[in-house]
Amino acid sequence: MNARTLDPAHHLIEKEPYYEAVGDEIQLFEAAYRQQIPVLLKGPTGCGKTRFMEHMAWRLKRPLITVSCHDDLTASDLVGRYLVKGGETVWVDGPLTRAVRCGGICYLDEIVEARKDTMVVIHPLADDRRNLPMEKLGQVVEAPPEFCMAISYNPGYQSVLKDLKQSTRQRFVALEFDYPGAALERRIVATESGVSDAIADNLVRFAQMTRNLKGSGLEEGASTRLLVHAGKLIADGVSPVSACKAAVAQAVTDDADMLKAIQELSSSIF
Amino acid sequence: MALAPLTAGEMEASLHVWLDTEFTYYKVDQLARELDRLTRDEQDFILGWIRRIASTHITLAWQFGRRAPALLPHMELRLLEAWALHTCDVFDRTGLQNALRVMEQVDSFDVVQHKNDAAGALFEEISPVLGNFVCGLSGRRLRIEEGDAAWTDGERIVLPPLIAALPDRDDNFQLAKVMVALLWAQTRFGTLRIDLVAVAAGYPDPERALNHLYALEILRLSAQIKRELPGLHRAMQGLRSRLDAPLSPAWQAFETRLAASGATVDDSLALLDSAYAETACPQFSDQGCLRPDAIAAARAARLDKEKARLRIKLAELLAEQQATQPETRPASEPPPEFEVAPRDENGRLDFEITLDDAPIAPPDGVRQLLTSIYLDFGDIPPDYLTPAGEGEYDASRVFDQPEDPDAVWQGTYHEKGAELYPEWDHGRQHYRKNWCVMREKTVAPVYDNFHRETLGKYAGVVKHLRKKFEALRDENRLDKRQTQGDEIDLDALIEALADARDGSEMSDRLFQRMHRAERNIAVVFLVDMSGSTQGWINEAEREALILLCEALELLGDRYAIYGFSGTTRKRCELFRIKTFDDRYDDEVKARISGIRPQEYTRMGFALRHMSKLLNQVEAKTRVLITLSDGRPDDYFDVYRGVYGVEDTRMALLEAARTGIHPFCITLDRDARDYLPHMYGAARYVILDDVRQLPVKVTDIYRRITT
Repeated sequence: MNARTLDPAHHLIEKEPYYEAVGDEIQLFEAAYRQQIPVLLKGPTGCGKTRFMEHMAWRLKRPLITVSCHDDLTASDLVGRYLVKGGETVWVDGPLTRAVRCGGICYLDEIVEARKDTMVVIHPLADDRRNLPMEKLGQVVEAPPEFCMAISYNPGYQSVLKDLKQSTRQRFVALEFDYPGAALERRIVATESGVSDAIADNLVRFAQMTRNLKGSGLEEGASTRLLVHAGKLIADGVSPVSACKAAVAQAVTDDADMLKAIQELSSSIF
Repeated sequence: MALAPLTAGEMEASLHVWLDTEFTYYKVDQLARELDRLTRDEQDFILGWIRRIASTHITLAWQFGRRAPALLPHMELRLLEAWALHTCDVFDRTGLQNALRVMEQVDSFDVVQHKNDAAGALFEEISPVLGNFVCGLSGRRLRIEEGDAAWTDGERIVLPPLIAALPDRDDNFQLAKVMVALLWAQTRFGTLRIDLVAVAAGYPDPERALNHLYALEILRLSAQIKRELPGLHRAMQGLRSRLDAPLSPAWQAFETRLAASGATVDDSLALLDSAYAETACPQFSDQGCLRPDAIAAARAARLDKEKARLRIKLAELLAEQQATQPETRPASEPPPEFEVAPRDENGRLDFEITLDDAPIAPPDGVRQLLTSIYLDFGDIPPDYLTPAGEGEYDASRVFDQPEDPDAVWQGTYHEKGAELYPEWDHGRQHYRKNWCVMREKTVAPVYDNFHRETLGKYAGVVKHLRKKFEALRDENRLDKRQTQGDEIDLDALIEALADARDGSEMSDRLFQRMHRAERNIAVVFLVDMSGSTQGWINEAEREALILLCEALELLGDRYAIYGFSGTTRKRCELFRIKTFDDRYDDEVKARISGIRPQEYTRMGFALRHMSKLLNQVEAKTRVLITLSDGRPDDYFDVYRGVYGVEDTRMALLEAARTGIHPFCITLDRDARDYLPHMYGAARYVILDDVRQLPVKVTDIYRRITT
């Protein structure tokens, strides 16, 4: 079996990624795209931010270049750097530069995780200048109208160290994401995982219970993504209680008492 | 191989010592004879506990010794231990009389009734799990407490110390879980919404009416649970079929009526007349009991408070909304109106708030208040939705306020508003729960020339310190010749290319990388403010703090300074000198100058509180440095001696366990023998000369944080 190797800069998403709109976010994103305004997606983990981006890339028929930010991500990781090849130095574009050059959508996931100085390089791209200065080459790349930048961050971490600077955040149109309402979430879980509506309903109810625990021992309740995982396990023949244990309880906490309590909640429902 | 049992004589000798028979005249020979028949393990268990309890109170230990041998054959060791600890706790809290009463309760221990105790669910073991469990269920946040039986007042769920109706441990846990769910359902589905006493008063035998109504409600709630929590309902059915008699036909008819999905407490009330006529009344083993007085008291205390809280919160919301919409509305128009539509469907309770038909997102606090109010009334009464007018409520009465530490001390109830900390009782080999009554106070600043004089006195040292600490300050620097990096190191590359031409091996260290300084340290200095520091030591401490602050300001480490002192466990005091958030300004300098010797050196509580504060700070490295002049000590208290040393040691161990690096600086020159033991978890230094302190402390800090 051979895995496909894709060049994200020239690859368009072929099949429609499944996405259920919660509000008017699709419309807003399209408008922002047309008006060349960058977009900021806020929301807890696993509520569909990345899926939304895939869906929008498919909708707008642009390549999507995703960069998952981590705390060692530097400006040159984004813009590009010289590498040594056979006794010569060769410039290699970073993902951001590639996205600008091909007029794609550059999605910087969990931007607050990146180093503070990285964020500054996106500033000229994120206002009306829409260009990317590349100091080391002494060039400026101008973004074509098709280029779009989107960043995401999770305000729930509530750490002073991981906050977005005003100078950064005030350049974006912000779309807020949250877990979808019960009915919608049920539909998402059922569609994505292939379980029956009744099981999807119970999974959603279970998720609500874990979200009630947020703040009293749990950092974050079960996300829609976890529910989909649990649903897929159930659809594959795993019993609901063990699916919830493996896919949800163990995923959200390591604390023994909390684990047991979540277990008891799931066994109460199923 | 088991050890040979101890002889009566051997045991008697120990008992004489532990029970202090020279003064107490307890007849230990008889006790020793009784213990003589037991195996060595059993002897060790009972003797161990006698010794441990005797360190708390000799009479209790004696009473324990008299009863324990007889209980041993049919009481689980786990329970015997829980009983012994519980007795000590009761003694700590309410004194000897009550503790003896607890001791005596065990006389009525009925073997038959307790045949399942070995597999019982102990409150201490199940409460953390069930506490989280009930939090996950919707509705008001209920807390779980230990009490005499299973009941609820709408704000807490009380469970007995032991639930042991079945011979299997898992089943007993399931039973406890079902109990909790049924008690939760009473709050969630409106049982507590009605005036139970008034309803019962309408019948010739109010108690009987109450029992029958409760049984009806249990049937209704069970059906409700079947819809909400089918898994739990299955477990409930399983347990009931094993423990309870089947329902009589008449009650089965009630059950069917109450199983309808729209059934409310009114349906139970409607059935009460016919149920009252039935002589039999079903008793489920999972139903707990109804305490109308407690319910009414909790409700009465809650209603007005929550109304006030909600109205204040709404007023805040309104002000916020109006701030964002600057256009002023004409005075003739009616004030904006809040409307709340509760949605109670599918096990989920949610609220939609609209302000003049425009939906707004309620903050979490408001949502919780609405939930609580909804559970009390089944709706949100309209008068709750008028935002509070200005000055209508005194916010300090409506919301819980931190107490003024001094005012509280003057009051009669000394523990009010204080934080309680446990203390390690070395004799008992167990914690004394909520033992230390801790309050934070602020040192009264003294504005004098102390700061300037200190800097003048140590001018040379300060200069030297500055240099040293500046050198310590990690700065951004360029690391050259790295295997990985942001940029190419041209010098290295040229060299490598030359090497390659030359035929020698080419280095792969061709990159340069920016190294970023991230000194992420949070440190707390805990300073001894006991009476023994009077004079030289106090001055040296203050000078040391000034020099430290000067140095730390250079480094940019986050730091806090607290002083500790106390008299007895009821008056443990921590003095704020500089919190993490305070800047090193004139006030902090004046507070350092204002540090005065207070009372005694009780250390455990201070270490525990500091560990707690330190753990709330986000930092890679957390350091807790204590500065003290000697062994822990307290006024007329057991704290003097081994007890205090052991408690301090335990507190340091606890701190180390949470990832804090404790470090102790001590001026105790005489008694070095106990130090390695007490500071077991911490590193420490002993300073011989008090006068060295100011110079050394900064130096020590530099050493331990690099």
